[in-house]
Amino acid sequence: MLKKAHGLSPWLLAPAMLVGSYQALAEEVERWKYNMPVGVTPVSQDIQGLHMEMFWWCVGIGVVVFAIMLFSMIFHRKSRGVKPAHFHESTGLEIVWTAIPVLILILMAWPATKSLVRLYDTTEADMDVIITGFQWRWKYEYVGEDLSFFSSLSTPQDQINGLAPKGPHYLLEVDEPLVVPINQKIRFLITANDVIHAWWVPALGVKKDAIPGFIKESWALIKEPGIYRGQCAELCGKDHGFMPIVVEAKSEEDYRAWLEEKKAAAAALRELTAKTFTFDELYERGEAVYNKSCAACHGAAGEGIAGAFPALKGSAIAQGAIDKHIDVVVNGVPGTAMQAFGEQLSEVDIAAVVTYERNAWGNNMGDMTQPVDIYNHKQGN
Amino acid sequence: MAHGPAKGITRWLYTTNHKDIGSMYLWFSFTMFILGGIFALIIRAELFQPGLQIVEPNFFNQMTTMHGLVMVFGAVMPAFVGLANWMVPMMIGAPDMALPRMNNWSFWILPFAFAMLSSTLFMDGGAPNFGWTFYAPLSTTYAPPSVTFFIFAIHIMGASSIMGAINIIATILNMRAPGMTLMKMPLFVWTWLITAYLLILVMPVLAGVVTMMLMDIHFGTSFFNAAGGGDPVLFQHVFWFFGHPEVYIMILPAFGIISAIIPTFARKPLFGYASMVYATASIAFLSFIVWAHHMFTAGMPVAGELFFMYATMLIAVPTGVKVFNWAATMFRGSMTFETPMLFAIAFVILFTIGGFSGLMLAIAPADFQYHDTYFVVAHFHYVLVPGAIFSITAGVYYWLPKWCGKMYNETLGKTHFWLAFIGINVTFFPMHFSGLAGMPRRIPDYNMMFADWNMISSVGAFLFGAAQILFLYIVIATIVSGRKATDQVWENPEGLEWTVPSPAPYHTFSTPPEIK
Repeated sequence: MLKKAHGLSPWLLAPAMLVGSYQALAEEVERWKYNMPVGVTPVSQDIQGLHMEMFWWCVGIGVVVFAIMLFSMIFHRKSRGVKPAHFHESTGLEIVWTAIPVLILILMAWPATKSLVRLYDTTEADMDVIITGFQWRWKYEYVGEDLSFFSSLSTPQDQINGLAPKGPHYLLEVDEPLVVPINQKIRFLITANDVIHAWWVPALGVKKDAIPGFIKESWALIKEPGIYRGQCAELCGKDHGFMPIVVEAKSEEDYRAWLEEKKAAAAALRELTAKTFTFDELYERGEAVYNKSCAACHGAAGEGIAGAFPALKGSAIAQGAIDKHIDVVVNGVPGTAMQAFGEQLSEVDIAAVVTYERNAWGNNMGDMTQPVDIYNHKQGN
Repeated sequence: MAHGPAKGITRWLYTTNHKDIGSMYLWFSFTMFILGGIFALIIRAELFQPGLQIVEPNFFNQMTTMHGLVMVFGAVMPAFVGLANWMVPMMIGAPDMALPRMNNWSFWILPFAFAMLSSTLFMDGGAPNFGWTFYAPLSTTYAPPSVTFFIFAIHIMGASSIMGAINIIATILNMRAPGMTLMKMPLFVWTWLITAYLLILVMPVLAGVVTMMLMDIHFGTSFFNAAGGGDPVLFQHVFWFFGHPEVYIMILPAFGIISAIIPTFARKPLFGYASMVYATASIAFLSFIVWAHHMFTAGMPVAGELFFMYATMLIAVPTGVKVFNWAATMFRGSMTFETPMLFAIAFVILFTIGGFSGLMLAIAPADFQYHDTYFVVAHFHYVLVPGAIFSITAGVYYWLPKWCGKMYNETLGKTHFWLAFIGINVTFFPMHFSGLAGMPRRIPDYNMMFADWNMISSVGAFLFGAAQILFLYIVIATIVSGRKATDQVWENPEGLEWTVPSPAPYHTFSTPPEIK
């Protein structure tokens, strides 16, 4: 069914009818959005104002220029018997239409300069968050709080492949959002681990390239609690379109409560390192970890992508010495896309995923490894 | 004694004739235009609706990369060189290009470059997948093995462009008929002279940057690797020092074509010839000092941002002068609207719209929201497709009767125009909206809030693609069975090319014409 509410003539929507399921998917999403959001920070509001100001300047100039052209096209036609004029020069006119644009440009540049200087003022922040781009997830590190975690896409693969209906936040949802307090100046220290990414949240007016080996700064002061979504904005390889950003802004008290809870959970996870797991526990946990962190490259069934990412099914690593296998996962393979997961995953998760990879898809090695082995490996024992 | 072309395939392999080489450049360009168009349609088919339906994300990235590379280096640049080959000698009253053997070579290495580039699609690991801007380290440490073939293909294309540019400069500066002073040259010749200098200045920079990549990949250097003391942002500076003049290389000759067509069909001399020349030169100069506006979000110091913002905004002034001059040429003319004129007017209007979004993008704070979104995609397609592609199409319709001595079918030509005009706007205008709403570029899948605009864009893209098939038919039908064109073709057009018979003889101006 076509929706009348869009206020658009039905023929514009007609292509949409080609796909029956399509309308149903999009019920809960705000559609036909056509303009830059105003946002919830002083910077984003500033930018939106500039954007609209520039837009109206362009509309004004366009109306004048196109009106003159249209007038000529209608009235100065040969078919109306018009004899052409012969003028082809006017220094005065040339000066006028050089000088007026210069004046307009100065009028445009002035507010832009002011905004830019404000936007660049990252001093006197209340808190710092280090943001690191990885292929293809984000890591958030709360400076001075002993808390860091990874944030990955949480949209199930089935939705992407069209096997399940798409949720309203399709591709814009993560497992662990960046939680921040409102009314505090948050400084983002942005970098990357592998290739260049860009951290972009439209509602915050923040877009900054994440460049490996360098730290770039940006900031936000969020005025309203809420959930703000964004995406990586710099092509960063295969899953560039699948590394969203979710920022959850909470009141000061809620933020503090969240922080404590989060730290307690992290401590509990560390405790687990000492625990001895059964094979089934590891295998089950490993499957979840694999699907979240490994399947993007190595394939859901360990099949890899020919020429780009090696298969794990039947691979020499997954069916070779377990120490080598652990080493590849913990330290990565330098010079390739295989990252060092030692920092990204907990000891428990690494033990689980190694166990899973050695026993899934017919690898059937029958062996397993415990979190404490991973811990020892990291310590160099 | 006049002698004609050789018979058979050797005519084309060994030819040193500017008209033959011009034709080969144009046909090659059209072939690449279709190939790049197929890549674009694969992209648009995947983006027709949310979800992954047709291609894998990695292949999608290969398509965006190959589409950009093929269109820029294979379709637009060779088309302009082809037009220059055909028209520059005829416009300045020269018998041929100054360096005819090099002319042959600069064309014939191109098919090999693009065969090499296209062959990467069938290699292990696939074609280059890092975008046509190939930012390091995605294009070095993290690139598929085929990147080396890409680098060598770029080197060959660069060599071809540099040779073409040297040839055009040598021709224009040395081979003008007596009395053809610089300020009497048609604007197409002027714009190409300036473009050729841009090419000579920046193609070596591109060669340099891809060579640095080659070193990083195979010889252990760290130009773009921070861990070895290099800087990934260095890549962007060097690339865009090439890249920004490059986009003007793709538009300045277009200004020349439009400046030839509008006066003919307005039956009125071009308004402000001298200011057009100066404006072109100013744009060329400014193109060298604005490169970092592509990198506003890369974290430059605020002083750098301000400099590049102001310099970029300044480009609006000479560009504005050009648009005003074209409007003034039309004003109080006696206009008719044959196909070349339709494409030329559409050029002025749509290029101006692309200029407006360019001005918005120049505003550094606003660029923090626009950067790397579909708003940028809309912007540069508005300046490149109705800019470069429409001007080339206009030029082909305008000069085709002179080239083959036959007239194209005006009804079909106009049909082509309207299909292309509607197709282009349906494709690219909604991209402004999806970009502002927050859709990043180069993603194979997206949230449903962008779905409607994307679906419209995809429909438009297929319409625009179909229009080009009609174009191919029109050109072939004209060559095969068009009715005979007069020597003047149009009503009192200006320029030496209209003083020779249609079709232009194999050798023109063996004795220089007299310039009044």
